[in-house]
Amino acid sequence: MIELQDLHKSFHGRAVLAGVDLTIETGETMVVIGGSGTGKSVLLKHVVGLLRPDRGRVMVDDLDVTTLEESPLNELRKKFGVLFQGAALFDSLSVWENVGFSLTQHTRLSPHEVREIAREKLALVGLQGVEDRMPAELSGGMKKRVGLARAIARDPEIMLYDEPTTGLDPIMSDVINELIVRLKEQLKVTSIAITHDMTSAYKIADRIAMLYQGAIQAVGTPDEIRASPNPIVHQFITGSAEGPIAVA
Amino acid sequence: MTALIEWVGRLVLKIVDEVGRLTLLLATVVRTALTRPWDLRLYVKQMEEVGTKSIPVVAITGLSTGMVLALQSFNGFQRFQAESLVGTVVALSVTRELGPVLTGLMVAGRAGAAMAAELGTMRVTEQIDALASMGVNPVKYLVVPRFIAGILMLPVLTIFADLIGILGGYIVSVQLLDVNPTVYIKRTVDFLHISDVYGGLLKAVVFGAIISLISCERGFTAGGGAEGVGQATTSAVVASCMLILISDYFLTAFLY
Repeated sequence: MIELQDLHKSFHGRAVLAGVDLTIETGETMVVIGGSGTGKSVLLKHVVGLLRPDRGRVMVDDLDVTTLEESPLNELRKKFGVLFQGAALFDSLSVWENVGFSLTQHTRLSPHEVREIAREKLALVGLQGVEDRMPAELSGGMKKRVGLARAIARDPEIMLYDEPTTGLDPIMSDVINELIVRLKEQLKVTSIAITHDMTSAYKIADRIAMLYQGAIQAVGTPDEIRASPNPIVHQFITGSAEGPIAVA
Repeated sequence: MTALIEWVGRLVLKIVDEVGRLTLLLATVVRTALTRPWDLRLYVKQMEEVGTKSIPVVAITGLSTGMVLALQSFNGFQRFQAESLVGTVVALSVTRELGPVLTGLMVAGRAGAAMAAELGTMRVTEQIDALASMGVNPVKYLVVPRFIAGILMLPVLTIFADLIGILGGYIVSVQLLDVNPTVYIKRTVDFLHISDVYGGLLKAVVFGAIISLISCERGFTAGGGAEGVGQATTSAVVASCMLILISDYFLTAFLY
């Protein structure tokens, strides 16, 4: 179980998170929706301890991520798989070295064994024969899938997805959505995904939470969110310029 | 007047902030450098980047410095018939001062810029976050190898620059200016003490630390896309060069 409790974070005096409370049950996929620049990525980075809050706590399996020392935090991080927005593949390493990176760093497996596992994980995301390519030689969709393979390389218990479908064409978006759903079913992972792509949100979410002005405005199943009377939620999910959300 | 005080105040704050961040980074570098695992390939790769690939630049800088020094000092010494001292002047200037400083400045421009640009790009594309999220300390993985390469390779490059500089001075003096080769070599060897060379090498170690720490710090804190990376790179080179020149004065005063 992951619990965000009263999370506050400001950058240069601007409050990005202003009291976020959210609970993600074990095995569920929580999708956090919200406009660009509303602090969705910031929220996600707090979960894995990449950012420390000004106030509040992040509990992961009864451990407070926000106060953990470096070495227990790194232990805890081994449970996580993170898919970054731009995939964040290491430019200087080949595809298989990227996928096997955390295995190379944290286990005593031989390069040959790591490569074999990398090949399996790449097959899981539908990629074959790209092991020896460099990230610069891949298309955007392939990078995302390699990023996904890297995130699942150590069979994580918790997956974090930062805009998994952004920048992809509709078909590739659906491929990624299918992969996320399949991972959940096969690996029974707990997931948090942030997105502003509603098609993706409806497809992968068990529950959806709407982040606006630094706080969670509504939480519910996709059906509940669709039927939400909250004008902010309604405006966002219907993609309307008219409504309470100020369009800058 | 208030504006001036404000400006001075802000400058002092900036320097204190900078020194603080570099000290913290140095502390983390030392702490993580001493813990396992040590990935030798990372170190060798950075030594190649900082050391091997800087050889051509350093060679040309050293050669040019030695040759120009010989020409200039010959011209000066000729006025009171002391041409035979050209060798001494070249050897002392190069080993004590110009070898380490010019090597430092050239490496700051080459390797320092590359470090800041690479780490800056890794920062803005979230590769540094990705490292940390996989339980790998980014300072240990990225900064420590560059720091080690800096403090080991700068002295090596400096020795190289010293040798080439002295050779350049010899060529100009003996081949072009007809200084007696035996006298030239004797004057060089007689007056050059090993402590002159050591002092220069110690400077080089400090410059190596300055370049790698500043460049990595600028890269790590880069923000705002391609423009941010560009700014981080420029600022890394400028700050490294400034600090090399400033610390050179104090090192010289302290060492000799």
